[in-house]
Amino acid sequence: MGLLARRNLFHDKVRFAVTLTGIVFALVLIIIQFGLFLGFTTTTSNNIDHSNADLWIVFRGVGYFDTARDFSEQKLYQVLATPGVERAEKYMQAFGRWKRPDGRIESIQVIGFHPGRGLGEPWNIVQGSVTALKQEDSVLVDELYKEKLGVQKLGDRVEIGDHRARVVGFTRGIRSFTTSPFVYATFKNSLDYTNPTSSEDRTAYILVKAAAGVAPKELQKRLSERLTDVDIYTTAQFSRKTRFYWMFTTGAGLAVLTAALMGLVVGVAVVAQTIYAATMDHIREYGTLKAMGATNRYLYRVLVEQAVWSAVLGYGLAMIVAHFIVEGSEKGGAVILMPWSMSAGMLGLAVVMCIAAALVSINKVTRIDPAMVFRG
Amino acid sequence: MRQGHAKQVIHAKGLSKIYREGTTELRALQGVDLEVRAGELTLLMGPSGSGKTTLLSILGCILRASDGRLEILGEDVGSLPESQLPRIRREAIGFVFQGFNLFPTLSAAENVALALDVRGIRGAVAQKRGEELLAEVGLAQKARSFPADLSGGQKQRVAIARALAGDPPILLADEPTAALDSTSGRTVIELLQRLAHEHGRAVVMVTHDPRVLSFGDRIIHLEDGRIVKEERNVLIRRDETSLFAQAPVAAGFPNQFSI
Repeated sequence: MGLLARRNLFHDKVRFAVTLTGIVFALVLIIIQFGLFLGFTTTTSNNIDHSNADLWIVFRGVGYFDTARDFSEQKLYQVLATPGVERAEKYMQAFGRWKRPDGRIESIQVIGFHPGRGLGEPWNIVQGSVTALKQEDSVLVDELYKEKLGVQKLGDRVEIGDHRARVVGFTRGIRSFTTSPFVYATFKNSLDYTNPTSSEDRTAYILVKAAAGVAPKELQKRLSERLTDVDIYTTAQFSRKTRFYWMFTTGAGLAVLTAALMGLVVGVAVVAQTIYAATMDHIREYGTLKAMGATNRYLYRVLVEQAVWSAVLGYGLAMIVAHFIVEGSEKGGAVILMPWSMSAGMLGLAVVMCIAAALVSINKVTRIDPAMVFRG
Repeated sequence: MRQGHAKQVIHAKGLSKIYREGTTELRALQGVDLEVRAGELTLLMGPSGSGKTTLLSILGCILRASDGRLEILGEDVGSLPESQLPRIRREAIGFVFQGFNLFPTLSAAENVALALDVRGIRGAVAQKRGEELLAEVGLAQKARSFPADLSGGQKQRVAIARALAGDPPILLADEPTAALDSTSGRTVIELLQRLAHEHGRAVVMVTHDPRVLSFGDRIIHLEDGRIVKEERNVLIRRDETSLFAQAPVAAGFPNQFSI
């Protein structure tokens, strides 16, 4: 049966090429859309996920990272006085105006933190260092946004909110979902850049590191009993809330998931059409098999094996194409992520898609009248 | 393995088949009684639309009779559920078709092996059995050839080898010589005759071909879905090369068959 399945599948090379093209097209479309979805999702919460904090304390009602509201740093001292807290730091996030050397204004998101204390720091630094931020009026940006921000090298000077700033470091791959690039600065400088009238005794977030042996959930509970007017999230909770907001409240996620679904539908349709056409070409052979005593189950296995072969080969080609696209995306503004779990899942999806496509043919074969073999 | 003492493999009583389309009814078979014994080559003859192929399909458990009783190897086929009919076809019946119905993407050996595969026989056993069957029909040297590279007669012999895959006691052939030249046709009918006489199979063959009449042990004439005449060959013909060579010969052998 396996031999018949393979021979019939590969016999008409043009048709098989069309089948593979359909599968590859569908899978690549799905990979890109899901990869974008994962990329977007990861991007929305990357500062939270890399914060090295166990808990995030935010003004009550702040549901996601990009809308911060400041509150008194008195809360910080209450936090530090709570048993089980190893460290706690103030952290700022606010939108600002970046004036390029050529005078053009760009919107940015300024992140303020205390360099060298290990909470809320940027990562993947490829030029300069975090400690260089301790110098006056210094900032650190991502190399992806060099062109957008009009800077090329360390030492380039710009203005942020009418304050001077100098680039002392570059990160790699820290994207912003809001399209306003992240600019890292000391906590104090971030206030000057975004809200000069704000007092230094206020903060947008408090990042908390639990002491060794203290579970973040337990510490979260303790802090909730002591602090008022704030929400306390574990890092995972705040990350999830931020991702959910951007992906499902704004419709951005729905758009890419819909496109992925469309890829699936197109894939099933193309593959179904080609497998059905191939089945119809060999319909008399299936009738002969039935006359010979083959059960419907036997015929299904022939068709399913064809579907699985199509899926596996189509998947292989799709992964090659996707690899180049994913690699290319790493230098762009929107990253397409393809973790191994997604690659493996795509194989399963390809098989399911092709078997689903074969169902039309299976239905046709089930209804074959074996008496057809006696008709000229 | 000749008539009289041979085992009865098919017993049909009062077989009828009615095709319905809307309010229209077509009676393809009407009250057919038939017994087929092992070791006999039975020819079914009759004009187009006389019910030959319908009868062959019912005997082959491909179609169900509208009425009547059919026993294959003593098993009442009419009482079996639909799901059991493929088993009967696998275990009891081999089919040979006018158009060969070989699988064009498979070699001769693979075509035979596929019939074995349907019966759950695979691997080295299937390969060995396939080679034996092709040797039995004189095509051992063509095992690796594809149908497109075989002559009509060779294709039909591969089809016969395939039909023998399940070692069935019954062979049903639908005009197996119609598409063949006289030499190939003779080879095929001789092979079918040998399978009946020497191997003890019951061979039932639908034919319009007058060249094969002398090879049959019985000729059953159908008209309008009824058996109108049954003749039995009274001669044991082992050297009738002249009849085939002189084809076409008028149908019927009144001097050789008795009712």
